Amino acid sequence: MNKTWVIVRKDWAEVFKNRFVLFTVAFLPLILTALPLIILYATRSTSDLGGFSSADMPAGFASLCMEMSGGECMQYFIVSQFMLLFMLMPMAIPVTIASYSIVGEKTTRTLEPVLATPVTTFELLAGKALAAAIPAVVVTWLGFAVFAVGARVLSPSPNVAARLLDPLWLIAIFIVGPLLAVAAVSVAVMVSSRANDPRVAEQLSMLVILPLLAAFFGQISGLFFINQTLILWMAAGLVVVDSGLLAFATHIFQRETILTRWK
Amino acid sequence: MIQTEDLTKRFGDILAVDRLTLSVEAGEVFGFLGPNGAGKTTTIRLLTALIAPTSGNAKVAGCKVGQEDGKIRRRVGILTESPGLYDRLSAERNLDFFARLYEVDDVDGQIERYLRMLGLWDRRHEEAGIFSRGMRQKLAIARALLHEPQVLFLDEPTSGLDPEAARLVRDFIGGLKREGRTIFICTHNLDEADRLCDRIAIINTRLLALDTPSALRRQLYERTVVFHLRQAEPRFVHRLQTLSFVRSVREMDNKLVVAIDDPEKHNPTIIRTLVEAGADIQFVGELRRTLEDVYLRLVGMEDGETN
Ligand SMILES: Nc1ncnc2c1ncn2[C@@H]1O[C@H](COP(=O)(O)OP(=O)(O)OP(=O)(O)O)[C@@H](O)[C@H]1O
Ligand SMILES: [Mg+2]
Repeated sequence: MNKTWVIVRKDWAEVFKNRFVLFTVAFLPLILTALPLIILYATRSTSDLGGFSSADMPAGFASLCMEMSGGECMQYFIVSQFMLLFMLMPMAIPVTIASYSIVGEKTTRTLEPVLATPVTTFELLAGKALAAAIPAVVVTWLGFAVFAVGARVLSPSPNVAARLLDPLWLIAIFIVGPLLAVAAVSVAVMVSSRANDPRVAEQLSMLVILPLLAAFFGQISGLFFINQTLILWMAAGLVVVDSGLLAFATHIFQRETILTRWK
Repeated sequence: MIQTEDLTKRFGDILAVDRLTLSVEAGEVFGFLGPNGAGKTTTIRLLTALIAPTSGNAKVAGCKVGQEDGKIRRRVGILTESPGLYDRLSAERNLDFFARLYEVDDVDGQIERYLRMLGLWDRRHEEAGIFSRGMRQKLAIARALLHEPQVLFLDEPTSGLDPEAARLVRDFIGGLKREGRTIFICTHNLDEADRLCDRIAIINTRLLALDTPSALRRQLYERTVVFHLRQAEPRFVHRLQTLSFVRSVREMDNKLVVAIDDPEKHNPTIIRTLVEAGADIQFVGELRRTLEDVYLRLVGMEDGETN
């Protein structure tokens, strides 16, 4: 595990010298933090949304609003869509870094000396995965912190702000988010160790991850507000999926093939 | 330190290494020569457990290839064909990364030691990407040595270097040899192999020759002396053939072409013998073959045979 960390640190030292990569890591969180705050700000006078009633919400959502007014509920609804994005952000951000991880080292020919060291395949892949996942999670959390503070300041009703920071969302963002990041990154590293061109690897990873992301987003947006048990089950399920993905990535990682195949 | 037995590697239809059997002793500097595509890099990759043999066995530093790969990787160092450095990282950071992957105890001490030895200490903070080819090569050699490997594999350590840089690297390898390390070195430079190596193998997919440089020189660099006579006669040829040190004699246009190992020592005897036999010697000259000629002929003969 120690060597995993060595790889993480090396990758960071390398990758964050690249401005473009820094940008890809920072851009999404920046936008997704700013947008909901702007919406909150724009709709601060609840009267704008006063005309809405619970009947305008997707089925099931209204029940979540409980004592909120129709306007508050609408505001909560809109912003909670962004909260979902906060949970899914860690899936999208690290793909660039993760899909470059193995094939990048292959094209710069640094992979061979690395594979010649006693590093195990699992240590190598775990290092590559974490190197991509950790920054994504950290910037997401930072974005979320800014958002949380901003929401308190900007939201007209304490009801909405309180609801945004309830345990459900905290679990979503602090537990499910990172687990989703690891899943995405495992897929991207797997693609990266099969590809022969970094650009192809990135596109392919996106191709695999985006539909997952979309499906996931579509599935839950109406669904899982309903309770906390569901989200905890989801976290547990993701732990299993993540371990499976990493184990599978390690299993199909053929040192020799990666080193010698150029087609 | 290294033993191989019928070591064979195929890439699909391409036979890269064919039934290679050789053994390298501890403390030996072993040269590995052969034309492009001869299978040198492939052999190094096999012996450093980077790729698996198609058939045959090999043992490196006491460990069986394919069974104790982790141990092998711990015990050998490799200078890969292309240096493979992280261009965005400093020289020091490059070494630091590998020292930790090799579980070196005194990381900073080892880095300093080898950077100083290779004259890169003052430039340790610069990114490897701006280094010249020679400096990159030296940095890659330092990387191969950080964990004090029992066996060092060097794939063309001086290729692409200017004569001065090549000499620096060569001298450095000479120093490692004096420390008693086992070194397996691929090179296209016969001269270099001659100077550095205790024994040399020449391969072209399969092993063509394996011997000490001096023995190979005798074999490869066979020297040929030409005796110009006023009138050549068959009996001169017969007389020379009775001399034990004469490897071969040919007669053409009143010239006797004589192959011997040591002309300085044996020419007087040949001259005396010819004069006693009644020959009039007009000139004596050496027919020189360059190293390359001989090497190319050996490898060329091989190609002619197989095609
Ligand atoms: N990954 C690979 N896939 C297919 N064939 C390969 C692969 N690597 C090497 N070969 C083939 O194996 C043979 C030996 O290659 P190798 O790189 O070992 O030669 P070499 O002696 O190191 O040559 P050079 O002096 O040019 O470095 C060549 O015919 C090469 O085309
Ligand atoms: Mg080679």
